[in-house]
Amino acid sequence: MKVARAHPLWLAYLLHRLSGLGLALFLPVHFWVLSFALNDAAKLDAFLTLTEMPLVKMAEFGLVFLLAVHLFGGLRLLALEWLPWSAPQKTWAAAAVAGSFLVSTTFLLQAI
Amino acid sequence: MPERDHLTVTVQRGGPDAPMRPQTFEVPAYDNQTVLDVVSWIQQNADPTLTYRFACRVGMCGSCAMMVNGVPRWTCRTHVSKVLDGNAIEVGPLRNLPVIKDLAADMDPFFDKWVAAEGRHHPTRSRDEEIAPIDPIAAERQEANAGIECINCSVCYSACDTVAGNPDYLGPAALQRAWTLYNDAKDADRDAILDAVSAKGGCHSCHSMGSCTAYCPNELDPLSAIAGLKRATAKRFFGGRK
Repeated sequence: MKVARAHPLWLAYLLHRLSGLGLALFLPVHFWVLSFALNDAAKLDAFLTLTEMPLVKMAEFGLVFLLAVHLFGGLRLLALEWLPWSAPQKTWAAAAVAGSFLVSTTFLLQAI
Repeated sequence: MPERDHLTVTVQRGGPDAPMRPQTFEVPAYDNQTVLDVVSWIQQNADPTLTYRFACRVGMCGSCAMMVNGVPRWTCRTHVSKVLDGNAIEVGPLRNLPVIKDLAADMDPFFDKWVAAEGRHHPTRSRDEEIAPIDPIAAERQEANAGIECINCSVCYSACDTVAGNPDYLGPAALQRAWTLYNDAKDADRDAILDAVSAKGGCHSCHSMGSCTAYCPNELDPLSAIAGLKRATAKRFFGGRK
């Protein structure tokens, strides 16, 4: 029998796991490329030209998305497990964080 | 009159001696009908060898929980109209427990873990002493009250994917019981409770997926209870006392 699981907390768990796995796969490659800066500057520059490709730009968006999802998912877990608040209190806190994040990001995008 | 004459009910049959296999029955549809009514109709009218378990029929005893269309539920308190998928229902034994036969799951592992989590009373006084007064509005008492309506139906245990992946994990019900006793002013051995729930398979194995809280038919919140145990064990580890 197929097991039903699609409630918000389970989906948040899945998203946190998948984004974490994605970042775990990315980070070793990230550090490997960064090591070129120390060992082989020309190789690093050649590699960085790749970042002009539209596909890589899209992938960078995905990376930032994974980071953001994992960061806020982690904050969610910390609040869930460490703050003995009631559910409405946590909902309000999450809404406040989301609202302030939206305002500050909009401000940042206008500034740059 | 109901909109349909019959329901198509698929029941998982089998047990330790025979592999589980689905068997489909056509069951008359009525206006007011619970999943337990449907299972009983099959046993009484179509196949007397169908094995299932129930007792009170009113959501008090916790005997009749089964998987209904993939969700663990009290079958006696689940109206067919609420769970129908088209015209069909699929009923199976509770997940994460051994099957005795057909729809009857073996609850032994569930209750063994209840004991392993120190989910039993550690008295502060003997029967010869006066009963200790309890302050009903104390914050601790409120925490304890939040979990005392658990009737051990194992719906949360069956809903939990951590239980599915880790056979040692004590599960939401046992841990919620431990949290209730930990907050009980009449419990004399809180260290024993924290020892039990911080060992292998204890509260720190929980991944906070929340299926226990999402599916508890009594609307209890084992997820928050387990979070409480995580805080209490961490606090003790860093030297803080309750």
